[in-house]
Amino acid sequence: MAQVTLRKVVKAYEGDVQAVKGIDLDIADHEFVVLVGPSGCGKSTTLRMIAGLEEITSGEIAIGGEVVNDVPPRDRDIAMVFQNYALYPHMSVFDNMAFGLKLRHFDKAEIKRRVDEAARILDIVPLLARKPKALSGGQRQRVAMGRAIVRNPKVFLFDEPLSNLDAKLRVQMRTEIKKVHQTVRTTTIYVTHDQVEAMTLADRVVVMNHGVIEQVGPPQELYHCPATRFVAGFIGSPGMNFIPARLENGAGALRLHLPGDIVLPVPADRTGRYGAHAGRPVLLGLRPEHLTESRNTDRPNVAPFPATPEVVEPMGMETLVHFRIDGAEICGRIDPAVPAEPGRPLPMAADLNHMHLIETESGRVL
Amino acid sequence: MSATTAGAAPAPRRSGSLARERRWALIGAYVALAVFVVFFMLPPFHMLITSLKGSAEIADQTGNPWMVRSPTLENYRDLLTAGNYLTFFWNSVMVTACVVVISMVVSTLAAFALARMRFWGSQTLATGVFLTYLVPETLLFIPLFQIVGSLGLINNVWAMVLIYPTLTVPFCTWIMIGYFASIPKELDEAALIDGASHLQMLWKIFIPVALPGILAAMIFAFTVSWAAFIYPMAYLVSTDQMVLTVGIVSDLIRADTFQWGKIMAGALMAALPPLLVYAFLMDYYIAGLTAGATKG
Repeated sequence: MAQVTLRKVVKAYEGDVQAVKGIDLDIADHEFVVLVGPSGCGKSTTLRMIAGLEEITSGEIAIGGEVVNDVPPRDRDIAMVFQNYALYPHMSVFDNMAFGLKLRHFDKAEIKRRVDEAARILDIVPLLARKPKALSGGQRQRVAMGRAIVRNPKVFLFDEPLSNLDAKLRVQMRTEIKKVHQTVRTTTIYVTHDQVEAMTLADRVVVMNHGVIEQVGPPQELYHCPATRFVAGFIGSPGMNFIPARLENGAGALRLHLPGDIVLPVPADRTGRYGAHAGRPVLLGLRPEHLTESRNTDRPNVAPFPATPEVVEPMGMETLVHFRIDGAEICGRIDPAVPAEPGRPLPMAADLNHMHLIETESGRVL
Repeated sequence: MSATTAGAAPAPRRSGSLARERRWALIGAYVALAVFVVFFMLPPFHMLITSLKGSAEIADQTGNPWMVRSPTLENYRDLLTAGNYLTFFWNSVMVTACVVVISMVVSTLAAFALARMRFWGSQTLATGVFLTYLVPETLLFIPLFQIVGSLGLINNVWAMVLIYPTLTVPFCTWIMIGYFASIPKELDEAALIDGASHLQMLWKIFIPVALPGILAAMIFAFTVSWAAFIYPMAYLVSTDQMVLTVGIVSDLIRADTFQWGKIMAGALMAALPPLLVYAFLMDYYIAGLTAGATKG
């Protein structure tokens, strides 16, 4: 097991297209780190550079303190689980899992012991004699994980391993992956475009966009204290609402002027933080759970405002309402017991204790 | 009510018309296949009939040529006990076995390199390999005569082992490039991470997974080598060096005397090995071994 360090790592392709633009990242021993971001953000390229499947253009990658820039994949002591499983179709499940150990000349008894143990952890003991074509998607993914586990490598690399599974199986396998990590404690780097996977699995989430790291932090930190508009919008489902606003200073208090003549008071404890931006256009960021039906408005910093839902989505435990504030599409979460109908005015309330203000030009959260 | 019923258009019987269409399609397929089978099976049937006739019966113009009056295995017995037929057969087996082995080794390695080990010019090289196959042997045999002559291999059956791969290797390589390219890239990446060298990857992953393609290439190399005619005709002179294709026509046709019975028996026996090869390898050839490699 080992820590992984990336220093100013760049990956450029022909024509000077940079997929990864000089990223720095420190991953601690035993840590479960998830690289998340939209397609083309450079997350898979970063993982493949750590695996040694892509050469790095410049910078330095170290695994366990040893720089591995020029070390071939087989000597990096890593194991990788691929999106499409990449099982050897002509080999049984046992042989698939044993392949790496056989190539490393482990003795037969040790190979059997390790394969049996991994099969037990992953609950695939009855499948050991089968060929991959006789397995379901979820079983194939377990075998792919088993192939990684038996090697007992320094680092596990997962490249969108759940993307090919259906929604229900994905949730189940997500839990399995977390359990496996809690059992074996191997340093894990996991790539996904699904922020729910990132939030549920990671000790720390690395949000990437356009080849750079936008923010690194524990899931809750990213959710509650995003550093940029991109992170604020990417993490959370449904995403954060962004409403164009102007910050005004009047009578010693800051106020947000929203389109449609809605004026919201800025909490007093944020005055110092936002004061310098008075008079400037900003984006107000509010998560749907902080835009609810009008209740508890006597609580400090909860401001009522009028809304007329255009779409109502009952989810069971909550109801999502979609409305507009001067063209901006807004989503709120209301109690399912509250009657809400499209087109009928519904008094809403914004909990400004959880507001974010975003600088319009830089996209930086203030 | 009744007026409404009478006025309504009858509902189209879609399932009935589909079944009728399917029946006609099947009848059409059977008729076409029957014509095809009759057309292509008539010559071998005529060969079989003729091979079972004695010389006198073949020469007799009065009888029905599609019937045997007094069947005999004399032609087969003569070929297998006297003359040079067994020498030709053995030469063909030896040359074909060597050519298949050489072709498979060279083209598997070449295809693996061209399909998987991206290097500068690999695409152009792959196209170049195929282009060499497009030059017909009828153009090549004259310049090749010079080369074979300079090597001192004229009238030497081993010259065929040297020459036939020029026909088989480009095409086999091309077939296998296609098969190797269809193997998911993640499979070799998984093998690389598992600790395989490129040769181990080829031997333990690519060859077993691409077996249908390799067998297709092997069948092609076998057929080309077994049936080659122009090169042995041009370069082999003495009977002890000849292969079946030229041996039969040189040994069994003397001036204007055609030993039709033996020629047909010899040709039929010569067709047996390809038949056996096809019969045994077809199942493997058709089997899709890549099923289950990735999400399916």
